Amino acid sequence: MTHPHHHERASGQPVLKVSGLKKAYGAIKAVGGVSFQVQPGEIFGVIGPNGSGKTTLFNSMLGQITPDAGKIELNGEDVTQLGPLELNRRGVGRTFQTLQVFGKMSVRDNLIVAAQEHSGSMFSRMFAPSDSGLGARADALIDQFRIRHVADKKAGELSYGQQKLVDIAMAFMSDPDLVLLDEPCAGVNPSLVGGIATLLKELNRNPKIGKHSSFVVIEHNMDFVMDLCHRIMVMVEGQVMAIGTPAEIRANRQVLDAYLGN
Amino acid sequence: MNNKSRLALLVIALALLVVPQFLKNYGIYLLSYWLVFVIATMGLNLTVGYAGQKSLGHAAFFGIGAYTVAILMKAGISFWLGLPAAALICFVVGVILGFPALRVQTIYLAFATLGFNTAIWLVMRNEEWLTGGTFGINNIARPALAGVSLEGNLAYYYFVLAMAVLLALLLYGLLRSPWGKAFTALRDNPIRAESLGVDIRSYTLLSFAIGAAYAGVAGALFASLVQFIEPAPFAVGASIMMYLMVVVGGPGYFFGPLLGAAVGVLLPEWLRFAQAWYLFVFGAAVVLLMIWLPDGLLSIPDRIRAKKQARLASAQRAAAAQSAAKATGATA
Repeated sequence: MTHPHHHERASGQPVLKVSGLKKAYGAIKAVGGVSFQVQPGEIFGVIGPNGSGKTTLFNSMLGQITPDAGKIELNGEDVTQLGPLELNRRGVGRTFQTLQVFGKMSVRDNLIVAAQEHSGSMFSRMFAPSDSGLGARADALIDQFRIRHVADKKAGELSYGQQKLVDIAMAFMSDPDLVLLDEPCAGVNPSLVGGIATLLKELNRNPKIGKHSSFVVIEHNMDFVMDLCHRIMVMVEGQVMAIGTPAEIRANRQVLDAYLGN
Repeated sequence: MNNKSRLALLVIALALLVVPQFLKNYGIYLLSYWLVFVIATMGLNLTVGYAGQKSLGHAAFFGIGAYTVAILMKAGISFWLGLPAAALICFVVGVILGFPALRVQTIYLAFATLGFNTAIWLVMRNEEWLTGGTFGINNIARPALAGVSLEGNLAYYYFVLAMAVLLALLLYGLLRSPWGKAFTALRDNPIRAESLGVDIRSYTLLSFAIGAAYAGVAGALFASLVQFIEPAPFAVGASIMMYLMVVVGGPGYFFGPLLGAAVGVLLPEWLRFAQAWYLFVFGAAVVLLMIWLPDGLLSIPDRIRAKKQARLASAQRAAAAQSAAKATGATA
């Protein structure tokens, strides 16, 4: 692997380790003691019906909310209390459920701004070149995501699907260790869903572009999740119902009754 | 920048150099006055237009700059020390005013900054020992530069023009650097920016501080231009006027302040013929502008381009639909 890791990692150490995570809103227990680990290079899916606590879990892992109890470790470091900025600087990338591109900037600038704050000091960036030396990296992702023809357009002028691609590419600009993808297929034309899955698989394994990143994916599109993920966690009412490979989850009686149905 | 805008810039630059030679004193004075406001609104354009922070307190910084230079010069300190002092003090106060922006946004931030403006204005009016109160400070001298007196209106005009060009180049460099992208990211989507490692706290504070420093320099130049200052030009109304200049010119457009300040400073002069109707005409013009061009005057070229593209795209779609219809017709 050519890309440096953000942290030295002992072999076998998980990238992400969540233990006993709890979060309640008043009397409502959104997440009631969730534990799981994500290994280096693993694509980990989280599924469950609406209100099962997926989003609360996600927001805790992203530093948007502070959990009531439990611990979140990133490469062995306790990051439970850290906010989104610190988590990103430590190698956590994310995409959002709704489109979140910078509409008035060009696609290329969207990608550059997605990584420019990861090197140097604020003061040195004042005198850095306009593309922060990230032009080649941005171009590589632009080609990989097949958005070359719109690279100089303002991101806000693109179609929904194209913006979604930009949004995902942005999360990978800074070579993150861990990427949290919040419903990457939401609102996407079915013909593009397969394309997104292929891209994510490439980004997961291609050491030349991204290093072996780990992903956590929330998604309602079952075909997509079963195709993409190495392991899947099923959440129901804030609890873990099952964790296993796609084949194991498909065969799990309890999961079928509670969620997958039929 | 394309060739058309380069040419436009060249014409404007030449006009700014040559035209004052043919103007009477009042015309030269008015152009200097306009340039002072161009500098102030360049700063506000950074805060509001690029970084998206709704500030209605810009005239307070303008006033702090003016009073800093006036008070220091009355104490016998050189203008050339007063000018950087005005910028520095405004920068520091700008950082402080930035802190509310970390907590509140949009209209709430506007009101917080408006309150700040009122507080500063009250200090200017009430602290007579320092500011001269409502009597103000008069006989503010114009400086000399390397032995050349800037006392005359024309000399002072060229000095203000040089400062405006220098500050414009500085801002251009800043906006081209990664900072420019960070400011725009902060404006377009602060939550996403933070998730990408952009320190939105620091950039918010800096957008206020740098914008304030520009107002401070403009204020210092203003004091020496008008040679008499009192609290009135630094009241909340002036802040709203400066905000209007940014919006009319086109927030987030680099040359927006040139046009915006012209509308705010020069248009009222041209509308003098309307006398009592002046404010009505001016108000109506602004209302119409906001309805038709909410992104300001400089958004006109973008609009034309977008319309052209839309026409082109729909023509392409029509052509594609036609050929598709032909193809299905052939297979049927």
